[in-house]
Amino acid sequence: MALYNETVHELHEKLTKKEISSVELTNAVYDRIDEVEDQVKAYITLDKEGALKKAAQVDARIAAGEAIKPLTGVPGAIKDNISLKGMRLTCASKILENFQPIYDAHVIENLRKDDTVFLGKTNMDEFAMGSTTETSYFQSTSNPWDLSRVPGGSSGGSAAAIAAGEAIWSLGSDTGGSIRQPASFNGCVGIKPTYGRVSRYGCIAFASSLDQIGPIVRDVTDAAIVLNTICGVDAHDSTSANVPVPDFTKALKQDVKGMTIGLPKEFFGKGTDPKVAEQIKLTAKKFEELGAHVVEVSLPHTEYAVITYYIIAPAEASANLGRFDGVRYGYRNMQAQSAPEMMAATRTEGFGQEVRRRIMLGTYVLSSGYYDAYYNKAMQVRTLIRQDYQKAFEQCDLLLTPTSPVVAYPLDAKMDPLTIYMLDVTTIPVNMAGLPGISIPCGFIDHMPVGAQLIGKPLGEETLLRAAYTFEQATDFHKAVAPLGGKK
Amino acid sequence: MTEYITVIGLEVHAELKTKTKAFCSCSTEFGSEPNTHVCPVCLGMPGALPVMNKQMVEFALRFGLALNCDIQHYSKFDRKNYYYPDLAKAYQISQFYQPIALNGHVDITVDGKKKRIGITRIHMEEDAGKLVHSGATISTSDSSAVDYNRAGVPLIEIVSEPDMRSAAEARAYMEKLRSYLQYTEVCDGKMEEGSMRCDANISIMPEGAKEFGTRAEIKNLNSFKALERAIEYEVERQKEILEDGGHVVQETRTWDDAQGMTFSMRSKEEAHDYRYFPEPDLAPIIIDDAWIEKAKSELPELPDAKKERLMKEKGLDEYNAELIVADKKFAAYFDEAAAATDDAKGVANWMLGDVSAYLNANNVTIADFPISPKHLGEMVTLVKKGVLSSKLAKKVFAEMLKNDKAPVELVKELGLEQVSDAGAIQAMVDEVLAANPQSVADIKAGKDKAIGFLVGQVMKKSRGKANPGMVNQMIKKSILG
Amino acid sequence: MSITAKDVKHIATLSRLNVPADELDKFQEQFNQILNYAEILKKVDTTGIEPSPYVLPTSNVFREDVPQPGVTHEEAMKNAPEEHNGGFKVPRVIE
Repeated sequence: MALYNETVHELHEKLTKKEISSVELTNAVYDRIDEVEDQVKAYITLDKEGALKKAAQVDARIAAGEAIKPLTGVPGAIKDNISLKGMRLTCASKILENFQPIYDAHVIENLRKDDTVFLGKTNMDEFAMGSTTETSYFQSTSNPWDLSRVPGGSSGGSAAAIAAGEAIWSLGSDTGGSIRQPASFNGCVGIKPTYGRVSRYGCIAFASSLDQIGPIVRDVTDAAIVLNTICGVDAHDSTSANVPVPDFTKALKQDVKGMTIGLPKEFFGKGTDPKVAEQIKLTAKKFEELGAHVVEVSLPHTEYAVITYYIIAPAEASANLGRFDGVRYGYRNMQAQSAPEMMAATRTEGFGQEVRRRIMLGTYVLSSGYYDAYYNKAMQVRTLIRQDYQKAFEQCDLLLTPTSPVVAYPLDAKMDPLTIYMLDVTTIPVNMAGLPGISIPCGFIDHMPVGAQLIGKPLGEETLLRAAYTFEQATDFHKAVAPLGGKK
Repeated sequence: MTEYITVIGLEVHAELKTKTKAFCSCSTEFGSEPNTHVCPVCLGMPGALPVMNKQMVEFALRFGLALNCDIQHYSKFDRKNYYYPDLAKAYQISQFYQPIALNGHVDITVDGKKKRIGITRIHMEEDAGKLVHSGATISTSDSSAVDYNRAGVPLIEIVSEPDMRSAAEARAYMEKLRSYLQYTEVCDGKMEEGSMRCDANISIMPEGAKEFGTRAEIKNLNSFKALERAIEYEVERQKEILEDGGHVVQETRTWDDAQGMTFSMRSKEEAHDYRYFPEPDLAPIIIDDAWIEKAKSELPELPDAKKERLMKEKGLDEYNAELIVADKKFAAYFDEAAAATDDAKGVANWMLGDVSAYLNANNVTIADFPISPKHLGEMVTLVKKGVLSSKLAKKVFAEMLKNDKAPVELVKELGLEQVSDAGAIQAMVDEVLAANPQSVADIKAGKDKAIGFLVGQVMKKSRGKANPGMVNQMIKKSILG
Repeated sequence: MSITAKDVKHIATLSRLNVPADELDKFQEQFNQILNYAEILKKVDTTGIEPSPYVLPTSNVFREDVPQPGVTHEEAMKNAPEEHNGGFKVPRVIE
């Protein structure tokens, strides 16, 4: 297998054994990028020079006999809403087209300590608002399994880079499914940790009570490796959980015996592609074969999850995106004669349509006279949704659902916003309840990957990883390589 | 003509004396180059997050207790959304739904009458940055430059009930708040420097009316004088409108100190929809009884308690006691000076008289007063013992201003000791009586007026040092027996 | 509940956005579609249900009052569209 398609743990072993060097590996990945990036368009910014410089430093360390961490010298890609000093930070928006961040995100600080190699910044939906990566100001990314289809979103660039061999590991962010859904569309493993597991400091806020950073990688072991580096309390993020971080790789055991896995009936009916539902039922069956106990459960408030999310997330976003006003950084309209005009013109020209639509929707639901009917009501329903999950977890260790009700669909499908929003129903409630969720490859429909979502209890990443690992070791879906077929 | 009642409520912002900002570790130091005390958080850089300063909460809690508020066991922050170049995040982190303190009160005294002013709430929030305009004023400027050094400095906002009925009451309330802010050491209370700012809600209603009139909110009140003038102006403006049969519009107005007028700020009204919602980046604040008890035990003596104590223990009258305690450092000076003598009243008289006159004339505060409290107290004792006459005391005081030495020494150096030696005085009296037979005759004839002349003569002879009381008595005794 | 074109413009003003003329109808239609769908929330009985503003059950996350160096002036101004006398220059501010 080509180096660029191997996993972090395989490559770490090769680096340790000095079978390859980090420079060789990094060059191999850049060669692959040169080969396929025209078709995939996974990246917004690349930093070959910086990456090779770091790789050379790592090689010197290895040559000097120093011990290295699993991510040391292994090149990865970072979603372009995470602040990495030295690379421009765009959020796939015109408003930040030339923005140079002045600090590192907490996760980047942690990754730097591991001496990892940063390849570049990946494409995404503008400000993470979307589920196709088509709202990017710069470009649409293609799905490496079929270039005529979307890679999902909003972390579509990170997932497509993994599927296309353009990175060994990547980071995404997940507000309503933005890690898990593209992971499922691209046959990758993607995990959204428990809210608070990973510091949000330096991740450009979309919806502060929902956002969480996590890895998109090739297998469950790699997910555990990346989590080991990025998790942990951060003094710069008051919402980061002050709890010990276990060694997640220790959770990777092939054992689900005695585990109870719940199948929430609400995710297998109307709105879910029957073929997808079938794959998930087969996944459940596999878990049973492996020794788990599978039961049907109900999450009665699921039907309200999408609209609740599309009230809360835009409300928070309307405030979070207020700072992009042309005063301190970013794009500015230079013709306006007054500050208010400058701000309005800057924001109107700098933000794309989807972002403006969500800012305005969020402004509306918070505005005088509507707060109680929309925002506060949604926050109450959020409580009910959380309670649904709490109740389900009284009976179950994990829940199993489709990651997305559909497989990747064609680019430029021209769906109206509400129809697209409805497709987030499977992932959204997990963010609303702050729970950990992982998407793992579990089959194919017409050569397109299907993802199964496992949902865990708060801070239950270890159980999640163990179950995912057990399934992965018993199946071959994660080994399939995207053919870069079809045409854009 | 209809008589009107004025109704005033004040919203006071006080900058807390923390070392760092409310939500980041940048210094709150004043007067640095623009944008040098800044970081990703207070610059509103993408991805930065706030972290709460514990000292801010401690200060707000302390002040809430000082103003007799109910401290809330559960409080949290909200985002107040509006666009302005000095507001980096386009929202101010503030407490709207659940502030830290509710339902307090503070007592003021105006014209000898005591009045209780209700405190609706106290909440914490962050300050905005500063705009430096290219022209003289905002309206004559083509552009402005934003400095975020002040952005994120913690404030408390103290909202009063509409309990004040005159400009004098509003001023007394503000002075009382300043005094409490200084005593609790949460804010230095300097209105002119902006560390204490005030907005006034003003309305009027005809006497006997059951409901308040429509109020105007007046901003930009940067001094006690401005507060009083603005209220007086605004009351007259509203009276005129009502007399002409019009209606007062509920609006925000700004005080122009140079013109002595308030002006409507219509543009601010349009966007008056702050869309408050809970700040998801900060955890709530839970203050348990133990924390409250600890804060209570750490409260310093407050102005009203101190006033009572000075009246009871030091025998001051209420008026003087109120004046002494108003300023914390002034009161502390009094305490020290009074400790150096058994004549506390005498110290109070000197402090409210000559000492205050000196401070006013030189435009300095008690912190810069050249005489140490101990020496002032000792001087008061010398007067009380009769060692110094009050006239000579003024000389010593003047000398101490230049040279802060112990008054006993100065009296010696200047040769100013009062002569209370009966023999020495009798000798001078005898001399003066011998030299003024006509006056002696007048006195014998019952014309008492001449006694004053003779006393003056003796004092002159003693170069002011003779004890005037003894001189008086001895003259009478020598002539009348 | 139905949103008018005037409402859309008002929301835009609050959001410091302009609404390009060719987008007004579309935004209005999309908002109404989403808010009509939001009507299903009325079916949920939320009497006595506390809103969930926080995900984690934490409180009192504080920082000690100790100054730390921030960024340099140069870094602060690095992305400034316009600078004047060490400040971020903006066109005329209307009070």
